[in-house]
Amino acid sequence: MSDALACPVTGASGPLPEYPLPRAAECPLAPAPAAQELRSEKPITRVRIWNGSTPWLVTRHADQRALLPDPRVSDDDLDPGFPYVNAHRAAIAPVSPRLITNTDAPEHTRLRRTVNGPFVVKRIEKMREPVQKIVDDLIDEMLAGPNPVDLLTAFALPVPSLVIAQLLGVPYEDHDFFQRSSSLVLDGSVPADEARRVSGELAAYLDNLIIQKTADPDDDVLSEMAGRVQAGEMTHTEAVHMGVAMLIAGHETTATMISLGTLALLQHPDQLALLRETDDPKVVANAVDEVLRYLSIVQTGVRRVAKDDIEIGDVVIRKGDGIIFDLHAANWDPEVFPGAQRLDIARPARIHQAFGYGPHQCLGQNLARLELQVVYGTLYRRVPTLRLAAAIEDLEFDHTGTTYGVHGLPVAW
Amino acid sequence: MRVELDVPKCVASGQCVMAAPDVFDQRDDDGVAILLEERPGEELLDDVREAVAVCPAAAIRLVEG
Ligand code: HEM
Ligand code: SF4
Repeated sequence: MSDALACPVTGASGPLPEYPLPRAAECPLAPAPAAQELRSEKPITRVRIWNGSTPWLVTRHADQRALLPDPRVSDDDLDPGFPYVNAHRAAIAPVSPRLITNTDAPEHTRLRRTVNGPFVVKRIEKMREPVQKIVDDLIDEMLAGPNPVDLLTAFALPVPSLVIAQLLGVPYEDHDFFQRSSSLVLDGSVPADEARRVSGELAAYLDNLIIQKTADPDDDVLSEMAGRVQAGEMTHTEAVHMGVAMLIAGHETTATMISLGTLALLQHPDQLALLRETDDPKVVANAVDEVLRYLSIVQTGVRRVAKDDIEIGDVVIRKGDGIIFDLHAANWDPEVFPGAQRLDIARPARIHQAFGYGPHQCLGQNLARLELQVVYGTLYRRVPTLRLAAAIEDLEFDHTGTTYGVHGLPVAW
Repeated sequence: MRVELDVPKCVASGQCVMAAPDVFDQRDDDGVAILLEERPGEELLDDVREAVAVCPAAAIRLVEG
């Protein structure tokens, strides 16, 4: 594992590989070997998914950049050809409200512009000090507690939950409830009906809070959305759904980039040392993008459907065909990232597609970057002896969720 | 060299502002990009090229003239 150069880059893919493709057990942080082989042999090819349908799989960086912004490539999950991630997503599509996550331009553009304000780069930058405080306080608590500890529950999950609470404008006295409920919703071991109940409670909580903020606005995201509801730019229901979506979309992803990111850095002590010793925020920022590239944690691929025939390379994607974009394969494409299997925090990493590409590229990416810059720039300096307190073979990885992850990361210092 | 910004295509990601803060800004309320310098100086062109590369909507072009 420590030597990614030795990781397999070919895997029995067969004429119609089953997607998602399995990772190699000995290389838990590398893309699936078959995805790497397809990228060089059959960069746009059909795969079979859970419901027996055979969407296209796109693995090259350049092809993804050509297709994802193409207006014929649609996020309409009501189209019968849409390659749903799983049966649950297929079942809820017809009863889900139309949001930024399932619409195309011009509807998508309109909806996205109503929620974009808080994520404007300059406004996100104002969060740096509050995020630093959240991170410092959590490290203080961790250092005062038991050693070893699970980094995921002690640190990685609370960071994004507290940050999003602050951004949305959840009052401080409710942070405990907010953090407990959002962790329960994401905890795969919680029974489904319990998770549904808690997620209903969270939605009801945000619903109520938006009403309060309408009467008594503050400088936060829920107040801003309340204002847009009053101005008729979005509905109250859309505002509640967006609040929940921001919480869900930003929690596990960011937490995973903290836990798996720490694991990846501990596996590359030379790179971790460079990061620990730098005073240059640009070096830290680039390290964050490189770890995003290296891990590309969204593991189920970005899903779309063709609204028209599309000719690309020597294939024709037909109207109604599903398309899956494997982000990890593209981010290890040697044509764009030479020696892609090396974690190298000094390489130009900015054009990775870990946040997707095209109009649906991650809404929260600037916030996620800021959180990770503060974490990577602080944790390893304040805890320079941080080390893994388990054998990597004993860690349990999550191969089924939308985002890759690890069920617990025991660390000591 | 001249910068062209296709505003209707812009999805307000702010990646251009991160790459070339002297050339691009964003509207405060919805994040749509604003072109500050249509003809940026030589020293800013690398930043602009990065902005072109990272713009998720392919809304920025750097053209001759
Ligand atoms: C490191 C952390 C994160 C990663 C790796 C990540 C990854 C992604 C990816 C790959 C997409 C594109 C999906 C597609 O094209 O269909 C996406 C979309 C999205 N993300 Fe993130 N994300 C992260 C953090 C966040 C945060 C912090 C938030 C909110 C506060 C957020 C909110 C969203 C939303 C709302 C969308 C849907 C955008 C649209 O469809 O227009 N994400 N994210
Ligand atoms: S990078 Fe592109 S999409 Fe994002 S704000 Fe700039 S012009 Fe708009």
